Amino acid sequence: MTLTSRMRVLGSKVILYGLLTLLSAFMILPFVWMLSTSFKPQEEIFARPPIFISRNMNLDGYRYIIGYDEIGKGGVLRALWNTFLVAFSFTTLSVFLCALGGYGFAKYRFPGRNVLFAFLLGTLVIPPAITMVPTYILVLKLGWIDTYWPLIIPGAANAFGIFYMRQYISTIEDELLDAARIDGCSEFSTFWRVIFPICGPGLTTLGLLFFMGSWNAYLYPSIYLKTPAKWTLPLMQTLMTGPPGFTFYRELMGVAVISVVPLLILFLAFQRQFTEGITAGALQGQ
Amino acid sequence: MTTQEVTADIAPAGSRRRVLWQEIVRNRWAYVFISPFYVLFAIFGLFPILFSIYLSFQRWNGYEPMEFVALDNYAFLFGVGAKAFWQSIQNGIILFFLYVPIQTLMAIVVAVILNSRRVRFFRGYRTMIYAPRVTSMVAAGMTFRFMLNAKGGLVNVALGMLGLPAVPWLEHVWWAKVSLCLLVIWGWLGQNMIYMLAGLQTIPYELTEAARVDGANSFQAFFYIILPLLRPAIVFAVLLSIIGSFGLFPEVQALTSGTAGPMRSTLTTLIHVYNVAFNNYRFGRAAAMGYVYFAIVFVLSLLQFKYGSGRQVQR
Repeated sequence: MTLTSRMRVLGSKVILYGLLTLLSAFMILPFVWMLSTSFKPQEEIFARPPIFISRNMNLDGYRYIIGYDEIGKGGVLRALWNTFLVAFSFTTLSVFLCALGGYGFAKYRFPGRNVLFAFLLGTLVIPPAITMVPTYILVLKLGWIDTYWPLIIPGAANAFGIFYMRQYISTIEDELLDAARIDGCSEFSTFWRVIFPICGPGLTTLGLLFFMGSWNAYLYPSIYLKTPAKWTLPLMQTLMTGPPGFTFYRELMGVAVISVVPLLILFLAFQRQFTEGITAGALQGQ
Repeated sequence: MTTQEVTADIAPAGSRRRVLWQEIVRNRWAYVFISPFYVLFAIFGLFPILFSIYLSFQRWNGYEPMEFVALDNYAFLFGVGAKAFWQSIQNGIILFFLYVPIQTLMAIVVAVILNSRRVRFFRGYRTMIYAPRVTSMVAAGMTFRFMLNAKGGLVNVALGMLGLPAVPWLEHVWWAKVSLCLLVIWGWLGQNMIYMLAGLQTIPYELTEAARVDGANSFQAFFYIILPLLRPAIVFAVLLSIIGSFGLFPEVQALTSGTAGPMRSTLTTLIHVYNVAFNNYRFGRAAAMGYVYFAIVFVLSLLQFKYGSGRQVQR
């Protein structure tokens, strides 16, 4: 290798790694700043030059948001519990219903199957701007305002989940089902005892995506949840922003940390499943 | 189609119907298993959509009796009073052109680099670029708002230390749009990168290798092989971004609050429909807006699909 070509390789490497590092820094900076601010004393929040790791770190911000009583007793811990409750209920119910629907489409050859499946996929293009207003009126008539039902029930059996589980269950051998039926399993217990247990990895992927979506949801909770005691973490954050000069940034960043950290931990533990689920969404579109 | 017609000719109608019925009865459990989706969709999807058509011909504030106003709500949208609505549509188009080309290009470049596996720690980079995707956009928007604060925000302080003038990130009509784009790219680049990685995995390795053996350099391989074959993934990602640009909601609420920036410069259509319905209690008008909005996005998506997928690629 000549000197010039070696320098060119080195140069392209520097550009490559420089680009990736710069981009990663842009991605990580908000997390760092959020975390750093939430532990700072009030007077260091707008300090110049900026302080990333404070010598006077303390938990005052967290103490304040835990005792924050404008959203009912319990402050941020209550909002955390509400968020978890909604996300967990939604995930459990929808993973079950989507697996059931996916099984129906994957393992039965029934009249109308293709039409029904095309219809199911077609519903994916309906934007929330159309359904938002009339669904609110329906929820109002059902007496579901200020409850968690409208956040759990309407999307429980959804097109993406059924599509994903159909793909997953299609790969399971039919012999397994026949064996179960010969052993006298009913149709539902074939699903519940044979199919459901071996769908573990697929259900985990889907469950993580559902949990993430529900945990971070903002639009529908902001329409349906009126009483502060029912609010989820994203709603609590919008309450804490006041007019210019009256926003408690340290406390706001504390709530942000509490809402972000659980999902980041889940993401780091199940990274492969997250990206796999997104990839499935991408391939579906193609 | 033809096989069905043939059997229809041969089999008598009665026995055909009986066979069909037998098939339905035999597979009755399948219908039970898939029914939750259709039941829920009928109640929370189909009914609202149809009711919304009816609603769009009414004037209604949610409490008093509805008043039939024929096409008034639609006429209003095409009149002079609907400035905010058309501004939100315009904002959606501007935002699309501001962030989508950059985001898509970045996603392609990063995906190609990471896919080549010639980079060390590529998993680490992928993790960091994807991490914002699992983050609540409200939390992220609040953090950006704090960092972009005109007076004491981290970004302007850093610019000041470099001797550069402060930027009115959230106070200026155009900078507010730029700030929103920064947030959107931060949040969605990882997702788009994953789409591109999925697309790249469908391109056989031998193909680029063969080109290289034939003397093509990396740039030629990229432009003449990877990019054309990546077209479906790109079309898909851009399609989602069209829908996304008009439907940004938590991003705007968190970054520039309900007033949607200076002179409504970050007002998206979804936010506008939300405000008209839930802050102004004009449900009929909001319903009509929903339909006009859907029609516009639908036409734009079709146009993109038609011209974006192109015929240049010979299959």
